[in-house]
Amino acid sequence: MGIEGVGARVARKEDKRFITGAGRYVDDMVVPGMKHAAFVRSPHAHAQIKKIDVKKAQAMPGVIGVLTGKELKADGIGNLICGWMIHSKDGSPMKMGAWSPLAVDKVRYVGDAVVIVVAETKGQARDAAEAVEITYKELKAVVDATKALEKGAPQLHPEAESNLIFDWEIGDAKATDAAIKAAAHVTRMKIVNNRLVPNAMEPRAALGHYDKAEDHYTCWTTSQNPHVARLVMSAFYNIAPENKLRVIAPDVGGGFGSKIYIYPEEIVCLWASKKTGVPVKWVADRTESFLSDAHGRDHVSTVEMAFDKNNRITGLKVDTIANLGAYMSLFSSCVPTYLYATLLSGQYDIPAIHANVRTVYTNTAPVDAYRGAGRPEATYLLERTMEAAARELGVSPAELRRTNFITSFPHQTPVIMNYDAGDYAASLDAATKASDYAGFAKRKAAAAKKGLLRGIGMSCYIEACGIAPSAAVGSLGAGVGLWESAEVRVNAVGTIEVLTGSHSHGQGHETTFAQLVNERFGVPIDSVSIVHGDTDKVQMGMGTYGSRSGAVGMSAIVKALDKVEAKAKKIAAHLLEADEGDIVIENGALKVAGTDKNIPWFQMALAAYTAHNLPGGMEPGLKETAFYDPSNFTFPAGCYICEVEIDPETGTTEIVQFVAADDFGNIINPMIVEGQVHGGIAQGIGQALLEGAHYDASGQLLTASYMDYTMPRADDLPSFKVSTSNTPCPSNPLGIKGCGEAGAIGSPPAVINAITDAIGITDIAMPASPSTVWAAIRAATKH
Amino acid sequence: MSDLSLMVNGKRVSGTAEDRTLLVHFLRENLGLTGTHVGCDTSQCGACVVHVDGKAVKSCSMLAVQASGSSVVTIEGLANGADLHPVQAAFKEHHGLQCGFCTPGMIMTATDMIARHPEGLDEATVRAELEGNICRCTGYHNIVKAILAASKTMAKGVKGKAKQAA
Repeated sequence: MGIEGVGARVARKEDKRFITGAGRYVDDMVVPGMKHAAFVRSPHAHAQIKKIDVKKAQAMPGVIGVLTGKELKADGIGNLICGWMIHSKDGSPMKMGAWSPLAVDKVRYVGDAVVIVVAETKGQARDAAEAVEITYKELKAVVDATKALEKGAPQLHPEAESNLIFDWEIGDAKATDAAIKAAAHVTRMKIVNNRLVPNAMEPRAALGHYDKAEDHYTCWTTSQNPHVARLVMSAFYNIAPENKLRVIAPDVGGGFGSKIYIYPEEIVCLWASKKTGVPVKWVADRTESFLSDAHGRDHVSTVEMAFDKNNRITGLKVDTIANLGAYMSLFSSCVPTYLYATLLSGQYDIPAIHANVRTVYTNTAPVDAYRGAGRPEATYLLERTMEAAARELGVSPAELRRTNFITSFPHQTPVIMNYDAGDYAASLDAATKASDYAGFAKRKAAAAKKGLLRGIGMSCYIEACGIAPSAAVGSLGAGVGLWESAEVRVNAVGTIEVLTGSHSHGQGHETTFAQLVNERFGVPIDSVSIVHGDTDKVQMGMGTYGSRSGAVGMSAIVKALDKVEAKAKKIAAHLLEADEGDIVIENGALKVAGTDKNIPWFQMALAAYTAHNLPGGMEPGLKETAFYDPSNFTFPAGCYICEVEIDPETGTTEIVQFVAADDFGNIINPMIVEGQVHGGIAQGIGQALLEGAHYDASGQLLTASYMDYTMPRADDLPSFKVSTSNTPCPSNPLGIKGCGEAGAIGSPPAVINAITDAIGITDIAMPASPSTVWAAIRAATKH
Repeated sequence: MSDLSLMVNGKRVSGTAEDRTLLVHFLRENLGLTGTHVGCDTSQCGACVVHVDGKAVKSCSMLAVQASGSSVVTIEGLANGADLHPVQAAFKEHHGLQCGFCTPGMIMTATDMIARHPEGLDEATVRAELEGNICRCTGYHNIVKAILAASKTMAKGVKGKAKQAA
């Protein structure tokens, strides 16, 4: 490892622009002639649109255009789609309700976009939006998924009877039922996974520019996957063929899943640019983000976990209802199915598993992947149940987990996944040691003397990352392949550009990807540029989500680097009059092994481009392309331990210690990996203690600003103790597993297990706010 | 519309703005200083923090015209030419940023915090004083580390200068 190579703690190349205010986000973009858009959104959760009167708005100062869904439909703009087909257990396809980018006849959630106003200034657009007169006939709304399934509930879409999107199952029901019947002990729980709002700090934004002379569109947008955006907008929304649509995702201020999807606003801004003849920019304000960004989680489940007399799990039965909101967002269907139920084996050897999942429409914002996507829900369900089981069985939570760990690999679970490598006991040992798990009783006693309730909780998570083998996901219903592409261009002076289909919105790709090149060729990272986020520059790629940029994106780069290296060695061998097999790359030069004959990297590159003296038949230049399709998912895993102190007088929970021991396989830059874990843990603690999206019964979002939705602040969190162990992933060339989501997956159950331990109760709702905790303490003391 | 004249990053600027224009929008749209960000509508997130007459201020919570006659420093004006401000350098060294969106506000808040605590800072104080700045990426761990480190570096700088003066 060099000082800039793989494994080095290199400070980030991209930081300079961010710390000096020179980052370029969509809202910073200015195009000549650019005007501003505001959307008129539904104030009702469920209503028929009787009439839209835009006359007053059109006459307002500065107004350029006021456009409705009828006009949009007349121009042939398509409905939004969900790109992952799931079939119900009866074989019927999922019931996708029509979602027009601007509502035409009916609105189905508060925030549903109805009209776009384009004006000279943002202020004028907003003033005019307020002057649009829409007559609604209000309908009864339903926001709770369980209630939406009940007879007589308001019906959202004619396509979906009883609001049921699909009723899906996985695993062996018979074997699982038999295991439960024969069990020495069964732990039964109801598990609620609270609805969250992702809240990337940069609100969503879009700038659509139609160039009439070229009949060409450009869209700057806050996207984690600009190529997927272009594909979908071309193939399904009929904006323009791909060669006439350029999508640029410049600096993007966080995503966490919420910027994977193609939303109505970017489609409408592009269309409105053509209609009005001006470039149209829209930037969400925070309340718009709360109302219209895809939300996360919102599961209600029942679980039965069966044990034999040796405390080994013999069966797991799960029934889940997942709220998908008013419309099916782009990947909403795979989150509560293949990203959730396939992880229900956790780190444990469970012979029989069955899960049934019903997904449901409600009059709420669409729900899709949010950091972890399905895997936090699976982990929360399992790890809460394990903790409850340990208490019921009277055994140590750590030992119950250890008893059931999978210890040999590969391991085929009953729910599709084939775990390739791991050492779960190593993470458990590391976490118990770092947290002084054994010394907890003393700390609890000391806290009790201060009048505080101290509790400890653990969580052993596994996730599936490196999403995903294309043929596998294709067979499960995905509408796309989930490979990644890379192009490596060696310039004539030896500097290098890497073009990647991955997109960095905080992950530090400009540094880690350059470290990879440095490791291979010895070129300083300052001489390596990473290009991403522009469909005109970068060939088709699939983007960044599911902790895939390392395991999949960098593997594609490795493949391209292999090709570059092979050609570079051929050129060097020719120039040095040596055998190609004897050439090694060391310290920025290509050398004949065992001799002092060498040619510096830049000279070899120059030779490739002067082409004066290349091996016979070789094409000039040094530029290679590769596509990498993973052969398996990767399986990061770890153990998190949380310790809390609760003040019984106020119900305030303080996290006094948080330990994370993760196995991410090989690591490119430990500093960046630790940062990813810190951020994930903060979001997980946020879910457990602070965050919750609440709709009232009429469908109004009560938590639609930072005054109502509690984002984790610095003083809500401790410093974290993080460490990693390493069982390299065998399925990709770098042995990387991925680290982006682990923190958010592993932490919520650890926190709730600690709180329930402190109070001496079985369950508490997330977020465990002071009032909820206070009430739980009161209820527990009454009994 | 009102005329206004103020110092921004050491330069005199004047302009005209609608009375309802917030300082943050004036900086971003009229002056093209897009390093100052807007992350919310309720003055909670702190992405828009700048210094007005030496104090950290959320530039979404004052009108542009209210800043007339004041001296404003934004993130673009913090470094001394090519030399990063110690807080900027510490954020880079300690990986105190990921997506970079909250970073300008964090750095402006941190600079003000360090200046108000010449006696030095501890973790609890830093965390308490970051109440008005939200970050979704870092879990604050490395931001806190960066601010503590910058505080130490700057204290040494002050002592060094004091010694020189003596």
